[in-house]
Amino acid sequence: MLNLSALGALADSTLSRRRFILGATAAGASLVVGYSVAAEGSGQPNPFVAYVQIDPDNKVTVFSAHMDMGQGIYQGVATLAQEELDADWSKIHVVGASGNPKFYGNLAMGGKVQMTGGSTGTASSWRRYRVAGATAKAMLIAAAARKWGRTPDDIVGENGVLRSKRSSATATYGEMAALAAQEPVPAPVALKEPKDWKYIGAKNLPRLDSPAKSTGRQLYTIDVRLPNMLTAVMIHPPLFGATMKSFDAAKAKTMKGVVDVVATPRGVAVVATGMWEAMKARDAVIVEWDESKAEKRGSAAMLTAYRALADKDGEAVAARRGDVDAALGKAAKVIEARYEFPYLAHAALEPLNAVAWMNPQGVLEVWGGHQAPDLYQAAAAQVAGITPDKVKLHVMKTGGSFGRRATPDADVIVEAVATAKALGWRAPIRLQWTREDDMRGGRYRPAYVHKIVAGLDADGRIVALRDTIVGQSIAKGTPFEAGLVKDGVDRLSVEGMANQPYAIPNFRVDLTTTDMDVPVLWWRSVGSTHTAYVLETFIDELAHAAGRDPVTFRLDMLADKPRHAAVLKLAAEKAGWSNPPAPGKFRGVALAESFGSYVAEAVEISLDKSGAPKVERVVCAVDCGVAVNPDMVGAQMEGGIGFGLGAIVKSRITLDDGKVRQGNFDTYKVLRLNEMPEVEVHIVKSAEDPKGVGEPGVPPVGPALANALFQATGKRMRVLPFDQTST
Amino acid sequence: MIRFTLNGEPLEIEADPDKPLLWVLRDDLGLTGAKYGCGQALCGACTVHVDGQPTRSCQTAVGDVAGKAVVTIEGVRGEVAQAVQKSWIKLDVPQCGYCQSGQVMAAIALLSAKKKPSDAEIDDAMSGNLCRCATYRRIRAAVHEASRLLGG
Ligand code: FES
Ligand code: FES
Repeated sequence: MLNLSALGALADSTLSRRRFILGATAAGASLVVGYSVAAEGSGQPNPFVAYVQIDPDNKVTVFSAHMDMGQGIYQGVATLAQEELDADWSKIHVVGASGNPKFYGNLAMGGKVQMTGGSTGTASSWRRYRVAGATAKAMLIAAAARKWGRTPDDIVGENGVLRSKRSSATATYGEMAALAAQEPVPAPVALKEPKDWKYIGAKNLPRLDSPAKSTGRQLYTIDVRLPNMLTAVMIHPPLFGATMKSFDAAKAKTMKGVVDVVATPRGVAVVATGMWEAMKARDAVIVEWDESKAEKRGSAAMLTAYRALADKDGEAVAARRGDVDAALGKAAKVIEARYEFPYLAHAALEPLNAVAWMNPQGVLEVWGGHQAPDLYQAAAAQVAGITPDKVKLHVMKTGGSFGRRATPDADVIVEAVATAKALGWRAPIRLQWTREDDMRGGRYRPAYVHKIVAGLDADGRIVALRDTIVGQSIAKGTPFEAGLVKDGVDRLSVEGMANQPYAIPNFRVDLTTTDMDVPVLWWRSVGSTHTAYVLETFIDELAHAAGRDPVTFRLDMLADKPRHAAVLKLAAEKAGWSNPPAPGKFRGVALAESFGSYVAEAVEISLDKSGAPKVERVVCAVDCGVAVNPDMVGAQMEGGIGFGLGAIVKSRITLDDGKVRQGNFDTYKVLRLNEMPEVEVHIVKSAEDPKGVGEPGVPPVGPALANALFQATGKRMRVLPFDQTST
Repeated sequence: MIRFTLNGEPLEIEADPDKPLLWVLRDDLGLTGAKYGCGQALCGACTVHVDGQPTRSCQTAVGDVAGKAVVTIEGVRGEVAQAVQKSWIKLDVPQCGYCQSGQVMAAIALLSAKKKPSDAEIDDAMSGNLCRCATYRRIRAAVHEASRLLGG
């Protein structure tokens, strides 16, 4: 595995770029505020554009600091810029930006590094893109006023057209763009009052990429075509931690379409004229691996070890208030449970890929789903042996990701660049993983075991709760460790539990971080994938033990948590909680805050003849602050619910002596259309700054389903997935 | 030499007859609408029509389409296709969009055979098309909407 000292490389590249940008500023480009215009007539787009570009033909390009994996952030940033700019919506398009952390740094993550993740895209963009739109608008108005001899307050701009209120002068934004670029940059600009919003919160703003995505015209990394491009597939080590000793490609090299077989830091790359030729030749390559340092433990042994660890105190304490042990000693009733979670693959529908090309100008161009562009730029440069400023990333839309394309070691980027380099840069390389590569390539949601215990007093109130979490750290050993791991606690392992919202006087969360050598990663909703499941099913169990209704039981502990309480009440009300379900129907509810958004979901199920649950309906209430695009908030809740349901009911990655058993969708089962419930999404009206929606729909659905299933069967589901019969 | 019609045009190509149609379309002919998702007829992302039938091009040898009519999302035309794509756009079905070529092709085939499919028929026809973004609820709604546009 490549040892990438990414932070060091990043710091250097940031420095050199900063000088570069300041130079451009001094030369008079108006990019400082993120506004630029293609130089009229030259046809050359200004290379220093930052956020919004208006072309003479009235086309508006918005440069997104966040990549779009389907969550719709391109629509989000376009909406924000448009709210202030009021261009012709049909002429807006969005492209992914990269290369300037100064402009594109994630403002919800400190602003220093460009990154898409943690459901932060909208929060990071909330002010930035409105200011960009407002600045552009002010400059357009100033230019029109100057040209027409009017005052700025006489000029309005709507739908891409400027006009003078008291004269007949009109011009499109595009026609005024070149003049506007010469206006001084106003700072600060005023933003509209919420009551004047036309686009933010609009229910019927057409999604910009629906036509391309409904007609097969949307291009992804797998669709990149370059002259003379070759396709490469990888032969990865059969075990995590194994390394290549030698390989014999004599036979493969005689096969039709095969160009070369080369070593990379992450395995052997088979290069051919096309994907099929490369896949066929791959089977003919014989590789000898060094497995001496490889991970050879299987899932069963791992879980046995985890269970034993969960019975002991954690090696670190993630949260502590009061005295849990003393309170448990005095409790009227003590309940204890153990939960087990498998590894999970992201299994985005577009298997991982990247395209690398050293162009004739000596700039390395890399196409991919760049969730962490600065990191990838540094990684690509390091592998290529060039400086980061000689790397140009093309941020592609991807066929899903769910976190998988934000990889600290830049896996697929490294492979593509290393392969192109091994071929002496003689051709662009499209490096494409097969589904099996993707499934077996690691970077899973870690497996976890929780041991949880709680005490109720004689009145049925929770007096103490203690959870012990055992599993791998996602951040440890990555460039993100410094920011995420404190005092032996990876925040990502305990989020959702350490900060649980219920008023419980004695509370403690322990963490033991394990050392399995299986690469792990954030997976849509990260820690809350398991913590919310444990907390919300266990609270349900405690409510039952106390003889209480699960909704009021929770509300009694949420007096100081109005946003939690509000979504729970709303979901309960819309689900008709106060009336019993129809005969044969059973209900469960769960609540979770993640990434600053609050979501409650009520699930209604029936049982089929075999006793298997059918999820009939999910009622979701979400408070994500201002809902910039309500229909997309709805889409993300629906999608999160479907994604979460599939995982809870049937997905798992298991290891036999270190080998991943699953390879494709026959063994790694995911939700299908016939299993999708009706979903109803209710958005809480809010004036709070917006937070994310890509992930927060996931956490409550699993526990809500498990709670419904308990109503139906009296059984508590504590080992995931529910279906333990499939591979 | 393998001969078939592709999107209405006769075509003659030199290819290994075992080569999957998907890779002929994508790598040799530059038609990237059909997507690779699994290669094993397990996800539906590569769905095209062969003589009007929805077909997994990843598991269809190009030799087996000799003499047949292959239609990809790039070339699909007609009243049903229009109704489906219009409904898909109206309901903003796609999220990442990667599965949607296959979904749209499957929906067109379904509605061409059956103007007013029931939910159970939609389940049967469409459950082989995975959507990892879980746009399933909107897919179902868009099939019903297209059916309505077609007077079903
Ligand atoms: S790629 Fe053909 S069915 Fe998945
Ligand atoms: S829209 Fe992403 S896989 Fe279906």
